[in-house]
Amino acid sequence: MHIYGYKLPAMSSLLLWGLLWEIVGRTGATFFVPPLTEVFATLFSIIGTPAFLQALSETARAFLSGVFFSIAIGIPVGIFMGKSRLLDELLLPWVNIFVSAPLTALVPVLMVLFGFGMKSIIITTTLFGIWIIILNTRAGVRQINRSLVEMAISFGATPKDAFFKVYFWAALPEILGGVRIGVIRAVKGVIIGQLLISIVGFGALFELYAANFLMSHFWAVLIVLFALAFTISEFLGYLEKKVSYYAASR
Amino acid sequence: MSQTEKAFADAAPLDQEIAVSVRGISKNYGAVEALRDMSLEFPRGQLTSLLGPSGCGKTTLLKIIAGLLKPDTGEIIVNGKTVTGPGPNRAFVFQDFALLPWANVLRNVAFGLELRGVPKSEREDKAEKYIKNVGLAGFEGSFPHELSGGMRQRVGLARALSVDSQVLLLDEPFSAVDEQTRRKFQEDLLALVANENKTFIFVTHSIEEAVYVSDQVAILLPRPSRVSEIIRPSSFRTKGVENIRRDPEYLDIVDEIWSSLRNYVE
Ligand SMILES: Nc1ncnc2c1ncn2[C@@H]1O[C@H](COP(=O)(O)OP(=O)(O)OP(=O)(O)O)[C@@H](O)[C@H]1O
Ligand SMILES: [Mg+2]
Repeated sequence: MHIYGYKLPAMSSLLLWGLLWEIVGRTGATFFVPPLTEVFATLFSIIGTPAFLQALSETARAFLSGVFFSIAIGIPVGIFMGKSRLLDELLLPWVNIFVSAPLTALVPVLMVLFGFGMKSIIITTTLFGIWIIILNTRAGVRQINRSLVEMAISFGATPKDAFFKVYFWAALPEILGGVRIGVIRAVKGVIIGQLLISIVGFGALFELYAANFLMSHFWAVLIVLFALAFTISEFLGYLEKKVSYYAASR
Repeated sequence: MSQTEKAFADAAPLDQEIAVSVRGISKNYGAVEALRDMSLEFPRGQLTSLLGPSGCGKTTLLKIIAGLLKPDTGEIIVNGKTVTGPGPNRAFVFQDFALLPWANVLRNVAFGLELRGVPKSEREDKAEKYIKNVGLAGFEGSFPHELSGGMRQRVGLARALSVDSQVLLLDEPFSAVDEQTRRKFQEDLLALVANENKTFIFVTHSIEEAVYVSDQVAILLPRPSRVSEIIRPSSFRTKGVENIRRDPEYLDIVDEIWSSLRNYVE
């Protein structure tokens, strides 16, 4: 953004919105919106507390496991779907259904199947993240240059070599794009899981603060969560940019 | 049977001098009959060009020899053994280079060796030698998108050379480069044929190029493709590269090929 020829740092428009928030909060129009300064004061006061740290570690554990499974299962499945016509015909309809399905509705079923614990939360997180990773990886593999594959085969590549040395790298720009979106969805998945399945982690904090009308606490935790999700997404976007130099020339 | 083909048949080389032989190959793509009962022999240590109109099946034949495609009938014999798939005795140079865009020149050139399980330091030494041979010294760390078309083609060539296969399959390797570079490449190729004791199978669209670089030119008919004629230039090969294009035999052969192909170009 430029103002009078000065280049403002990225996201400086946030300051403006923050100011607006502060003003609305100061007017005391609604208990729902406390002044932003108060939210930040609360944020710093709760950030070191055992309750917060426990919520953070519980959420991080569920989130990281879910993301791990989405990636570790999603990428190979996507690559195999991109390579094999048969597998693609078998799985693609399902992937397409799930990628757009309202997954929240499935959570009660998961609770019945896998109980009210961490397991169900991790599975929910995985279900939120995995489909877009599969679809993007598949798309990345399908646009790979045929002669790159033929080249590898003609020099004696085993199927394993072809997988790790050609298909994976050729699809990497799309894979990273898929992972970025998948991770953002997984954030959604982990919080929904924590709210619906068992009240733990940040889900428990939200529940607690909302029930007791502790709005500045509520907003403080939300800001932490948004900031974490945003940071992860930006980092993956940065990685994506690093490999995009060859995306056009595959 | 034409004069030249007869002369060739009479002087049929001994069996062990044939590096690759194509025997009764047919290949259909669905309803498209690409090759029909094609037979052809490639003498060891020599360069044979495949020359024919577009779409006549040159790439198909090359891929069958490489083991990348299965023929419907017939067989390919390389060094006395029937081909069942790709093997270390053949290396392919691709028309569109087929370089890994995420790897630098050094890794690209060494990639054939990497797939064959050669340890890193050894394959990089070898790759470096061939990078120098094709005139790319100093570009080891560059990535394909930083190179010109001609330089990329050299990377593909160096990769094929570094695996040290006896048979090199080149699919229109010079079609992506400008005329000056092309002439330079043709001269380099002649030097390569002379120095490396390898069998070259070279696909081209250009009559002049085929006659200039080849020990033997196989002329293919349009689909379904068979060999119509084999021409072996004899005298100008020994006279030095600068004089080839002025040699009367060179000019005669170019004319002869053109007159036999012009019927098919309407
Ligand atoms: N995968 C394929 N599926 C169907 N038809 C094919 C396929 N590959 C090649 N063909 C057909 O087979 C014929 C021979 O193709 P090929 O690529 O071998 O020709 P070519 O001689 O290399 O042509 P060019 O000189 O233009 O490269 C063409 O008519 C083409 O349409
Ligand atoms: Mg071709």
